[in-house]
Amino acid sequence: MNPVQQAVVWLNDPLNWSNPGGILDRLGEHLSMSALAVLLGCLVAWPVGLWLGHTGRGGGLVLLVSNVTLAVPTLALLTILPLTFLGFGRPAVVVALAVFAVPPLLANAYTGVRQADPEARDAARGMGLSGAQVLRRVELPLAVPYLAAGFRTAAVQVVATAALASFVNGGGLGQIIRAGFGLDIAAGGGQIVAGGVLVAGLALLVEGVLAVVERVVTPRPLRRARRAANRRAADATAGG
Amino acid sequence: MSLHLSYRAAPGNPWFSWQYVRDNSDTILAALREHTWLTARAVLIAALVALPLAVAAYWFRSLAAPIVALTGVLYTIPSLALFAFLAPYLGIGAITVLTVVALYALLVIVRNALAGLNQVPPEVREAAEGMGYGRWGRLFRIELPLALPGILTGVRLATVSTVALVTVGVVVGRGGLGQLIFAGFQNNFYKAQIMTGTVLCVLLALVLDLILAAVGRLLTPWLRGRSS
Repeated sequence: MNPVQQAVVWLNDPLNWSNPGGILDRLGEHLSMSALAVLLGCLVAWPVGLWLGHTGRGGGLVLLVSNVTLAVPTLALLTILPLTFLGFGRPAVVVALAVFAVPPLLANAYTGVRQADPEARDAARGMGLSGAQVLRRVELPLAVPYLAAGFRTAAVQVVATAALASFVNGGGLGQIIRAGFGLDIAAGGGQIVAGGVLVAGLALLVEGVLAVVERVVTPRPLRRARRAANRRAADATAGG
Repeated sequence: MSLHLSYRAAPGNPWFSWQYVRDNSDTILAALREHTWLTARAVLIAALVALPLAVAAYWFRSLAAPIVALTGVLYTIPSLALFAFLAPYLGIGAITVLTVVALYALLVIVRNALAGLNQVPPEVREAAEGMGYGRWGRLFRIELPLALPGILTGVRLATVSTVALVTVGVVVGRGGLGQLIFAGFQNNFYKAQIMTGTVLCVLLALVLDLILAAVGRLLTPWLRGRSS
C-alpha cells in the first residue's frame, strides 16, 4: 500500500477521530490556541498600528518588526518562551504564535490609516473633530479593508504555524504528523500524510472562510481599496 | 543531575555560556555549515527555476493568473504539512528539507520577479521594440535589468525566510541550527544551547541579507544615489 492509500485507511478509522488525542481533540486544541493567539495579536498590534498611522510616525518601526520576525525561527520562540516566566503549557505557545501574527496586523493597520484620503481627514478637522475623533470616525472606518486583509493574513499564518507547536508537545493537529514520524516512515507514512492533509486543509479552509468574511465586512465603495490592501498584505508578509 | 556535573564553570542553567560554545564548537560549526549550505542550495535552485517561470508568466499573459494563483495556494500550505506530504516519498534526510524550503523560496521569488517585470514601463518596451530588439534581446538587455530590483527583493526575502524555515527540518532530523535548538530543548531545557542556535540563526539571516544587499548594489549601479 502506498502512503496515500494508507492515509485514506487511517482517516477512515473512526477511532482515529474520536479517541482521546484523536483528530477531533487535536482540531479543538489547534483552533483554540490559534484563536487566542490571533486575539492577542490584534489586541497588541491594532492599537499600536492605528496610533502610529494616525500620528504618521513609526513607519520604520513597523518595517523593522516585520523584518525581524521574518528572521526569527518559529521553533526558537516555541522553545525559548516556555523557559521564561510564562512557564510550560498553553500561554507560552499562544504568545509565540501571537508574535507571528503581529507583523501583518501592524503593517496593515498602519497602512490602512495612512492611506485614508487626506481630504476626508482635513474635512473632519474642519468640522471640529479632535485627533481621537478623526481616528475613530474617519480613519478607522476607511482602514477597515486593510484591517480585514491583515486579519486574514495573520489568521492563516497562525493556523499554519500552530502545527509547529507539536515540536514542544503544545498540541494541535501537528501532533498527528509528529506521532507519525515517531512511528517511522514505513509504519506511520499513512498517518503522516493524513496529518498533512488535515493541517493543509484547515489552513486553506480558514483562508477561504476569511476571504468571504473580508468581502462581507468591506463596504462596496471600498472594494477597490480592498484589492490593493490584499496585494500589500501579500507583499508585506512573505514568511513561512 | 548530570547537567550540573558536566559544566562546572556554569552552574545552573544560564541563557548564554561561553563554556558551552567552546566545548561544543565542533557541533555548532557543523550545524551552522549544514544550515548555510542548505539555505544556499535551496535559494539557488529556487532562483534558477523561478526566473524562467516568471518570464513565462510575463510573456504569456494566460499563464500569469494560474501561476500566481498556484503560488498563493501553495504558500498557504503550512510547512509541516509539506514535510508530511514529501517525506514518505523522499525519505528522511536532507533532500526532503531542501525540496520543501526550495519550494517556498520559489514562490517568493516568482511573485517578486513577476512584479518587477510588470513594472517595466510600456514606453521603454516599445522604444526597445522600435530599436529592433527581438523578444530575447529585449528580455536580457532591457527587461531583466529593469526588473532586477524586484528580483533581488524576492531573493532577499526568500533567503531570510529560508534560514528560518530550515529549522523546521528537525522533523526529519536535518534542521541545521534547528537541530541544536531542538536538542537543547530536549536535553533538560538547556538554555545556552537553545540561545546559541537561535542567535546564530538570526545572525546568519542578517549576514546573508547584507551580502545580497551589497551584491544588489553592485548589480544596479544606476539606482545609486536615488532614494528608493
